[in-house]
Amino acid sequence: MNWLTNVVRPKIRSILKRDTPENLWIKCPDTGQLVFYKDVESNQFVIPGSNYHMRMGATARMKSIFDNETWYDVALPEVIADPLKFRDERKYVDRIKDARTKTGMNDSVKVGYGRMEGSGVVVAVQDFDFMGGSLGMAAGEALVRGLELAVEKKSPFIVFAASGGARMQEGILSLMQLPRTTVGVQMLREAKLPYIVVLTNPTTGGVTASYAMLGDVQIAEPGALIGFAGARVIEQTIREKLPEGFQRAEYLRDHGMIDMVVHRHDLKPTLARLCRLLTKSPAIASPPRAESIPAEILVAPDAVPAAHA
Amino acid sequence: MRSYLDFEKPVAELDSKIDELRTLAASGSDIGEEIVRIEDKAVAALHELYANLTPWQKTQVARHPQRPHCMNYVEALITEFTPLAGDRKFGEDEALVAGFGRFRGESVCVLGQEKGNTTESRLKHNFGMARPEGYRKAVRLMEMADRFNIPVLSLVDTAGAYPGIGAEERGQAEAIARSTDACLGLGVANVAVIIGEGGSGGAIAIATANKVLMLEHAIYSVISPEAASSILWRDSSKAQEAATNMKITAQDLLRFGVIDSILKEPPGGAHRDPAAMIAITGDAIAQAFNDMRGMDAATIRQQRRQKFLDIGRKIG
Repeated sequence: MNWLTNVVRPKIRSILKRDTPENLWIKCPDTGQLVFYKDVESNQFVIPGSNYHMRMGATARMKSIFDNETWYDVALPEVIADPLKFRDERKYVDRIKDARTKTGMNDSVKVGYGRMEGSGVVVAVQDFDFMGGSLGMAAGEALVRGLELAVEKKSPFIVFAASGGARMQEGILSLMQLPRTTVGVQMLREAKLPYIVVLTNPTTGGVTASYAMLGDVQIAEPGALIGFAGARVIEQTIREKLPEGFQRAEYLRDHGMIDMVVHRHDLKPTLARLCRLLTKSPAIASPPRAESIPAEILVAPDAVPAAHA
Repeated sequence: MRSYLDFEKPVAELDSKIDELRTLAASGSDIGEEIVRIEDKAVAALHELYANLTPWQKTQVARHPQRPHCMNYVEALITEFTPLAGDRKFGEDEALVAGFGRFRGESVCVLGQEKGNTTESRLKHNFGMARPEGYRKAVRLMEMADRFNIPVLSLVDTAGAYPGIGAEERGQAEAIARSTDACLGLGVANVAVIIGEGGSGGAIAIATANKVLMLEHAIYSVISPEAASSILWRDSSKAQEAATNMKITAQDLLRFGVIDSILKEPPGGAHRDPAAMIAITGDAIAQAFNDMRGMDAATIRQQRRQKFLDIGRKIG
């Protein structure tokens, strides 16, 4: 064997930081107004003025939820790569490689453990930028691991869903993530720990037909698209135009499918309050300011400290 | 009049030749030997064809209108079948048939999608595409079965859950999620048989079972080959390629550990001998339930959970 095959390539993707915007200005998808990217970023990716909720990457989301923007990245199980040896217009392995380079993530779900307004919580975030946040074996294992960790830590579990649905390139094995993640939810339920789902834009397909609709409390971000079947499929099936606001967060709330629509700026206090109420933890007089909490080390087995710039 | 799938053309030609010769024989010609010879040839051709079906051909067989459907199995295998209606929340959904009856003398809860055989029955059953009410009815019956310690049998045959405005408004996704949840919570044994099409979430909602059996030419998939073709290839004519690449056949699924066993179909597929297929299926269901006889609720639940957690962790 040629010794050159053992050469480890430098990890270029760790040098490339994706929070450097390619464009300094972005256009609001809702109103069309041009806004300065830095202003949007510092406003938790909500467009100042229009209040349009842009998609939020996994790391930014974790920063917005955990105290002091500090948490442990939970080590996630390795899964068998490309079980179907799938290719469509391109090879699945190549698509995965590109997604990893683009996002710096291993797959679409990131799991963190840390404190939220002082209390321990496990948070899983789906990143839409990684192949549309699709649910495959790696994402399924990540959610199961996160739910197991919540049981071990006796802490609530929060998932931020964002997904186009099942990862079709993994075929039936992606469908199997519906029952697999449901097993995880059942373990949490049996441990009598709260499970809160935050539906973000967009959450559709198989993801909604499993863990994303099984929360004790279902929250959605304003304007988020949430639905099982795609709008085009429905229109083609029934040959009718869809009603105004169909499959949007507010529409689901009005039809009794979710508990509340919450502005991103209010999410953390809402989630923390719900966790305290459901775990019968004492009320806190006023939400502690982030700086007042010492960046204390939380012991999380199988967890490695996240590196944040 | 028998209908042939397009790839069955060689067999169709031989069959029509046999018919011609029979007519001749009836008018007095002595061609009995010739008929037997061509009949043997037709049987051999059918065997050959069905031993080598492509995934796309299997898709066509799985959807064959004359393939035995849910109610054919229920009528032949379940005595005293008593369907129950309604989800007690909104309505009744006949796409998903649910009820209690006896399987080989013992009480069983039956859930299954029925596609219908005539225009009228297809409309009545909404082509086997259930709405939230169907899945909520399934949940209601599973809870009852659990309480009365009655095993659950699912007969899976659906293109998928129905995509409609009302279905979405009433929480199609949530209904499917709760149904899968209910399957996983059962303290009684459940067996699912994929008899035709196992269409995505609409199928898994009742197919999350201790034992999952699948007919030799049935398909089970996260998305239909047609939809995969237009989404992944951006070209609706690539359905055949999608069917192959998505690995939707029973043979592939057994290898992945997604199903537990394959039920061999009669020569030329289940639709050529429904009675034989139903008998084979009945024996396999009995065997599956027998294997779990005497297991307590906790063991049954744990076995099912572990089985699903293990899927994909090791692939042979």
